[in-house]
Parts: sequence; structure tokens; C-alpha cells
Amino acid sequence: MRRYLTRKLITYVLAFFVGATIDWGIPHLMPGNPVQLYLSKFQLQPGGYAALYKTMSEAFGTSLPLWDQYLHFWSGLVRGDLGVSIYEFPSRVTTLVLDAIPYTLALLVPAIVLSYVLGNRLGAAAARRKSLDNTVLPAGYVLQAVPYPWLALALPYLLGEIWHVFPLSGPYDQTLLPALSWTFISSLLYHWFLPFLTVFLVSLGGWAIGMRNLVIYELENDSSRYMRALGARERLVRRYAYRSASLPQLSGLALALGVVIGGNIVTEIAFHYPGLGLLIYNAIEDEDYFLLQGIFIFIVIGVLLANFIIDLVYISVDPRTRLSMQGASS
Amino acid sequence: MSDTLSGGPAAGSPGEPVVTQVAGAVLPAAAATPPARRRGDFLHYALHNPKLVFGVSFELLFVLAAIFGPLISPHGTAEFFLPHQPPSAQHWMGTDYFGHDVFAQLASGLRLSYLVGALGALCAALVGMTLGFAAGYRGGLLDDVLQMITNIMVMIPSLVLLVVIGAYLKTRGVLFEGVFIGLTTWPWVARAVRAQTFTLRSREFVDLARLSGRRATSIVVRDIAPNMASYLFLVIILLFGSAMLLAASYDFLGLGPTSGISLGTMMNQSMLWSALQLKIWWWFVPPGLVLTGMVAALLIANVGLDEVFNPRLREQ
Repeated sequence: MRRYLTRKLITYVLAFFVGATIDWGIPHLMPGNPVQLYLSKFQLQPGGYAALYKTMSEAFGTSLPLWDQYLHFWSGLVRGDLGVSIYEFPSRVTTLVLDAIPYTLALLVPAIVLSYVLGNRLGAAAARRKSLDNTVLPAGYVLQAVPYPWLALALPYLLGEIWHVFPLSGPYDQTLLPALSWTFISSLLYHWFLPFLTVFLVSLGGWAIGMRNLVIYELENDSSRYMRALGARERLVRRYAYRSASLPQLSGLALALGVVIGGNIVTEIAFHYPGLGLLIYNAIEDEDYFLLQGIFIFIVIGVLLANFIIDLVYISVDPRTRLSMQGASS
Repeated sequence: MSDTLSGGPAAGSPGEPVVTQVAGAVLPAAAATPPARRRGDFLHYALHNPKLVFGVSFELLFVLAAIFGPLISPHGTAEFFLPHQPPSAQHWMGTDYFGHDVFAQLASGLRLSYLVGALGALCAALVGMTLGFAAGYRGGLLDDVLQMITNIMVMIPSLVLLVVIGAYLKTRGVLFEGVFIGLTTWPWVARAVRAQTFTLRSREFVDLARLSGRRATSIVVRDIAPNMASYLFLVIILLFGSAMLLAASYDFLGLGPTSGISLGTMMNQSMLWSALQLKIWWWFVPPGLVLTGMVAALLIANVGLDEVFNPRLREQ
């Protein structure tokens, strides 16, 4: 157990290190440098270009040797200083990102947790039950095959533009100011629902199908046969099958995180929902590299934290990990 | 212990957690049936499996559409007509905001989707299988290092990585997109292949091959890989589907190929030019619907194949 945890911790530290290095390295290893790219947007006289290039290079530190820049990057990172955004000029990258994070988490966390829990339940219920299987399975495939951007266009078109049940886009009603009032909060929830539904629906099918197949395998397992032979009721056999099937599903959750986060970004952009995804989009549009780098770091940290939580849940769910923690051999 | 935790039958994939279905359990079937009887059985079960037949024939429809679509389309993708016309006899799927023919765009988008999907799947399969076989067969330090790399790769969010890289690349081609998708989706393949190789490694026939002094690569290619061929095949199909979906997301963000029209760029354009508000549904509904169909057919065929390969999954 201890070995397992230290291994995991080393992986986390290394992953963060690699992530941060990629984040720093891509702008520096790509042809051209950020200052050149930035200046190429203006039509400058050659003399003015040279002068501006010199000042800007000194201001952003791009004239320093690479290793020096790398160290500067890390010291800034440790201090939580990710630079100044170009897209919203005087604001710091950190504040922009921190403002956007609540919106992203409000979509992601409920969508991931609910789709996981509900999908697993649905899948387990469908396994080896013909009538339910025949509806859950096809629906699951279709949901799994739906591209995020399409659902993020089709849902608001149907429910917003045609039926006028939900708003098309935005985080809350344009006429409202953020306040702790019931009208504002209900408007927030009202606008939250469709983007949430998009992320939720796409993930749901995969979990259901995965669980269905795993439970089928478990129900055909020798352990299940043994339980039946002992006279255990089918409900009990199923409950045990569900438990063993949860383990691979849980490690699958860690693997699926990256894609769900990507889907969330797409969804936010389609709905104009002001989370990290929309911020990324604006940063691309305005070629705001500092902001892009800052968001990347924050998302890497988020993924690492989520993986850590999944690891902890895994330990609490899988008795074998706890056994070895008490010194039993594995 | 760490094997069962981090590398055990890996479930899920970046694209679709559906992999659980194969990852969990293909093993027993893979090595059980004698090869001679298997071929006949395979055909019998394949032709009698409704899921496989349905999935494959559905997918073939799309492939035919991708091949012949641009040929039968009466208009080219670059021609201009009256803007936002609803579907009619002249424009089978109407025209978009700019007056381009939607059907012509869809047909060429289909080709691009398949191309990117195939490229991505091949790259991911190549990298994932190489690393998975190496880690699973060699074990030891190499295994530790490769697993560490895999675990790190899993945690780097690929879309954001593409954003950062794409921001600096002014022109991106289909090749770049396909290879990028391949190089970011291999980790779950490596994990799954490693876990399977791990269990096959200690079988007698592998020991025998090792005793006879054959080289490691030859043992992997000729003894281990054939025993999980069905599994590898399923993995490639899943990779293919998820690569097409990923490409659609990238294109939707404007990070796809800078020239050419794909299903994702159609959706991107329709969002940018407010197709929703203008109610030009025929602009964004077809590309998504077609992509859903393409991937769903693959998934259904995949599960059908899984049942064919794997007696325990068959309907009772």
C-alpha cells in the first residue's frame, strides 16, 4: 500500500513537472517567438519594429538564456504568478482563471458524478435482462457516438430556439446583476441546465454499456456460480457482481477524465458559458499565450487532483489495497 | 499489488469507457479455442450475430457515401448559390449562410473524418501496442518506466495540449491532426495490451518459445500477439471511432486542418454564423447525425464482434 501510494505520488509530481515543462516549452521551441508573433499583428515601420522588439523582449524576458527563462517560469509558477493577460489587458491570468473555474466545475462535477452513478446503475440493471437490455444498449451506443459539439448545438436548437423551454446561451439572464437573490440563482440554474445535460448525456451511455458488459462477465464468473450453488438469492449475486465490476469502471473514470474535460470545453464554447473552455476560446482568438499557458497549468492541476480523489476512492472500495496496507502480502 | 490497481484489465478509454467490455474479459476466449475449428465457427457466429451484421452493413453505407458522395454530388464545395436555402431537389441538404451546398460539404467531410480516424487509430495502435507489449513482456525496470510514462500521458489533457500547440502552428494538415490524435490516445491501449501480455507471458507455449532461443520480438509477434488478435482488432475499431469523435471536437474549436471541410468545421461554421438563431438546421444537423451514425455503427459492430470472439458474452 505504501509502495502503491508513493508510486502514485511520484507519478503525480512527475506529471505536473512534465505538464509544466510542456507548457513552458511549446512556446519556446516553436518556430518564431511570442514577441515576434505579437508584433506581427501590428503594421510597424522597420525601425519601430526593432525598437519595440527590443523593449518587449526585455519586458517579457525572452532575451534571457533559455534555462534562465525556465527558472523564471518555475519561480513565477510557485508564487502563483502566471503573468498578465493580453485578452483582458490589465487583468492577471490567475484572476481570470479563478473567475472562470466555478462555472467549469459547476458543469463538470455534477455531470461526471451523476453520469457515472446513473450510468453504472442503468448498465447493471440492464445486464442479463432482455427487456431492459434492448432499450439501454442501443440508447447507450447512440449516446456514446454523439459528438459533443453536435449535442451542444442540437439541444439548444430544439429546446431553446424551437420550443423556448431553455435559454440558448450565457451563464444567467443578461438583465440581471450577480447577487445572492433567488431570481439570480434560479436564472443561474436555468441557464446551467442545458450545458450540464450535454456533458452528462454523452458520458452516460459509455458507463451504462461498460457496466452492463462487466456485470455479464461477473454473473458468469465461477464466484457467482458458486454463490448460486450455495443457494444465494439472485439479488445478492448481482450485488456482488456489481461490486467487482465497479473496480474497472472506477479506473476507467480516471482515464475518461481527459475526454470529459475536452467535451466540457467544447460545450462551454457552444453555450457561451463563461468557464475555462470559453476562456480558452477567447485566448485562441486573441492569441493570448500567457492566458493559454495559465489555463493549461490549471487544468493539469485539476486532472491531477481528480486522479488523486479517484485513487483514494479506489483504496476505500477495493479491500485488497487496504489489506496490503495492514501488512498482508498481495 | 500495483498491477491490479494501475495496470489490471484497464477499463475505459479516453474516448469511450466502453472498452471495459473488452478489456475486462476477452482473455478467456482469446486463448481457449483451438485455431482449426475457430475459423468455421467464427463465420457461423459472425453471420448469425445481428449486432455485427447490422453494424457492418450500416458502416458500409457510410463508407460508400464517403467514396461516391463527392462523385454524385451535383455541386462542388467551392461553388456559391443562393444563401440559406432549405433542402430541395436542387440542393439535397440546402445551402449554408454563404451559399455553399451542404451536401457537397458533407460528402467531402465524410472522407476527411474517415481519413483522420484511420490515421489516428493506426498511430495510437502502433504506439500503444509497442509500449504495451514491451512493458508486459519485459517487465521489470522497463515496465516501471513505461508505466510511469503512460500514467503521466493520461493526465495531460490532450485538447488543451492541442490548443497550446495549435496556437503556434499557423497551418495544420490532416496528417498533423491524425498523428496528434494518435499520439495522445495511446495510453489506454498500452495499459490494456500490457495487462493482457502480462497474463500470457507465463503460459507454457511462451516458455517453450523462450527455451527454443527465439528472440523476444519474434515471440511477441508470433506467439503472444496472435493469442490476443481478436482483442487487438476490437481495440483498433474503438480507436477509430474515438479518433473521429475527437477530430470533430478539435475541428469545432477551429483547431483542425486549416484547409478542407470536415464534419467538425461544418458545425464550427454553423455556430460562428449563428445557424441556431437563423434556424438553418440543415447546416448543423446532418454532419453531427452522420458522425453519430458512423461511430454508433462501429460500436455496435464492435460489440457484435466481441460476442463472436467471446462465447461467454453471447445472448442466452
